[in-house]
Amino acid sequence: MNNAAYFPGCSLKAEAGDYERSAAAVMEVLGQPLEELERWTCCGTVYSLTDDDLMHQLASVRNLIRAQECGADEIVTLCSMCFNTLKRSKVFIEQDSARLETVNAFMDEEQDYEGGVEVFHLLEILRDQVGFESIEGKVTRPLSGLRVAPYYGCTLLRPREIGIDEPDTPTILQDFIRALWATPVEFAFQAECCGTYQIVDSPEMVLEKSHRILNSAMRAGADVLVTSCPLCMHNLRLCYEELRSSLPEKRELSIIYLTQLAAIAFEVETGELPTSMAKLVEGLPTSMELVP
Amino acid sequence: MPSATKLEQFVGFRERVEMLSGENVFACYQCGMCTAGCSFADEMDVLPHQVIRQLQLNNWKVLECNAKWICASCLNCQTRCPKGVDLSKLMEAMRQIYLRQQMDNLELNKYSIDQIRCLPQIALVASFRKKTG
Amino acid sequence: MNTSSENTIRIYVMGSAYEVPRGLTIMSAMEHAGWRFTRGAGCRSGFCGACSTVYRQEGDYRLRFVLACQTEAEDGMYLVQLPFTPAPRVSYTLAELNPDENVLLQHYPEIARCVSCNTCTKACPQDIEVMDYIQAALRGDIAQTASLSFDCIQCGLCSMRCPADIKHYHMAQMARRIYGRYMSPVTAHLEERIAEIEKGVYEEEVEALVKMTRSELEEIYAARVVE
Ligand code: SF4
Ligand code: SF4
Ligand code: SF4
Ligand code: SF4
Ligand code: FES
Repeated sequence: MNNAAYFPGCSLKAEAGDYERSAAAVMEVLGQPLEELERWTCCGTVYSLTDDDLMHQLASVRNLIRAQECGADEIVTLCSMCFNTLKRSKVFIEQDSARLETVNAFMDEEQDYEGGVEVFHLLEILRDQVGFESIEGKVTRPLSGLRVAPYYGCTLLRPREIGIDEPDTPTILQDFIRALWATPVEFAFQAECCGTYQIVDSPEMVLEKSHRILNSAMRAGADVLVTSCPLCMHNLRLCYEELRSSLPEKRELSIIYLTQLAAIAFEVETGELPTSMAKLVEGLPTSMELVP
Repeated sequence: MPSATKLEQFVGFRERVEMLSGENVFACYQCGMCTAGCSFADEMDVLPHQVIRQLQLNNWKVLECNAKWICASCLNCQTRCPKGVDLSKLMEAMRQIYLRQQMDNLELNKYSIDQIRCLPQIALVASFRKKTG
Repeated sequence: MNTSSENTIRIYVMGSAYEVPRGLTIMSAMEHAGWRFTRGAGCRSGFCGACSTVYRQEGDYRLRFVLACQTEAEDGMYLVQLPFTPAPRVSYTLAELNPDENVLLQHYPEIARCVSCNTCTKACPQDIEVMDYIQAALRGDIAQTASLSFDCIQCGLCSMRCPADIKHYHMAQMARRIYGRYMSPVTAHLEERIAEIEKGVYEEEVEALVKMTRSELEEIYAARVVE
């Protein structure tokens, strides 16, 4: 990795602690430990879509300045929403020197943002800097036979200009899943919206959107669904809890973060997994059994 | 409730929406791809392509639609539009017109401690940004 | 316009000009000019946070925020007092709280509206990194919120400036209380000392003190060992 600073975002320090722990462990195994950005602030989670609304760009730019301060030339995020917000803000602010000047003048207590700090999602680092082959090389417990649905959601892929892969036909998650020896299970709703922040005031609507996603993944035959977004995770798990009682006894879907999947394949202990996932892991051969 | 009198001052509001969003509403040729791809169209009172039609007609009444609050900026419309129109920005511009007049869509005071306990920060931050000014 | 003479300066209180002696605090300068503080003054030593003051100075575009009892009046200051901040506290029973990571957010959900503009920090007369403690609170870091906000005197200036309508200082006080009740390490010394007091170990000494005359007290006070 170049000189990269890891931007956690609020969720990773709270509800999505399992995401951070597993990502840290996995990056440790891959020899590129995550180094947390100092004094980061909440990115705002949603990018402001109005042209004159510089106030809502401040949080992102302040984080870019934090990276600049510690000599980092890139920011790496785990949360898809942080990725989207930081990257879109970066593009927006660097596109037009007048905007950058205004923001710099407003934040006169900080050094000026010079531009040029890159924003990446961890998946891009894994694909482009670590390489999926190297990941495969670290697998000690191949996930053979495990059927994993790659759930992208919105913010990793759209808009096209900043997305980490082709929005209509993404392959990055499938390739990642394959590198761990599991079987990717493509499904119709893999890049549809889970309902996102509407959970705050329209939970029924969100449950309906999430339901379609889970249904579609299960019909495609998935045992596991991986995501990279703490809000998708919240909504999908909530929906799954509601759904479970109506499922046939043996039919389960484990919803986990993509780095939890890698941690299982690397056999690093990162704590709590959903019960159904723990059961699946028990069924997998361990490295000991693989030794001839 | 938003007051119509406050909104009526936007008789020439198409320009304002265009300015806020940076989009040209006349680029749209009404193919309907945006609505076809929208995950939330089934919840909207005015469909995405209809919203943009009303904007073309400079009909300020479209501001009152519920669709702008339902739209979750999923950007399916933006990636699919053959004319490169970004509807999510038009929806945001309409939300902003409301929020900048202190007409919030979310009543934060009504939430109890127990309700908030069940919501992650990420959802609260996002929804406050989209629905409170 | 240079209005000062060698010994006086000109200040403006709510728009009216006053000639006052150089070298006074804003509070004393205003009193010298004939204003009487019925609100907006308390300790006069920079601890109570009652004397929040907002001013602009001729030739400076910035609005500045200080404590009237701690800041020297300068020539050309346009002053206004802010004796009260409308920011009701949320009520809770400390002993019954569930101090989980989003407990601050539950009671003060508006902290999720913070846009990281840092206006609060710029307003704080105590040089507290106010934005950073709001951000720490948002991500559930109660210990960090408590420690960053430790010097807060509840003057309310941050809350008057915040575009997100956050009630910083009440939220921070809650964080410090939760920290004190649930998180700060228990000191063994304290427990021991309480036990000693309860056993009556110090009663004799206290009795002796109570019987002393004022001059005797002054004598032993002056002779005390300062650590
Ligand atoms: S997809 Fe584009 S051109 Fe077609 S109706 Fe929607 S906005 Fe108009
Ligand atoms: S951005 Fe809004 S209008 Fe466009 S597809 Fe998504 S929800 Fe529908
Ligand atoms: S944090 Fe706010 S209330 Fe506390 S001293 Fe600073 S400005 Fe005053
Ligand atoms: S003034 Fe308010 S919005 Fe701005 S940084 Fe402080 S708490 Fe956040
Ligand atoms: S009067 Fe108490 S801080 Fe100034």
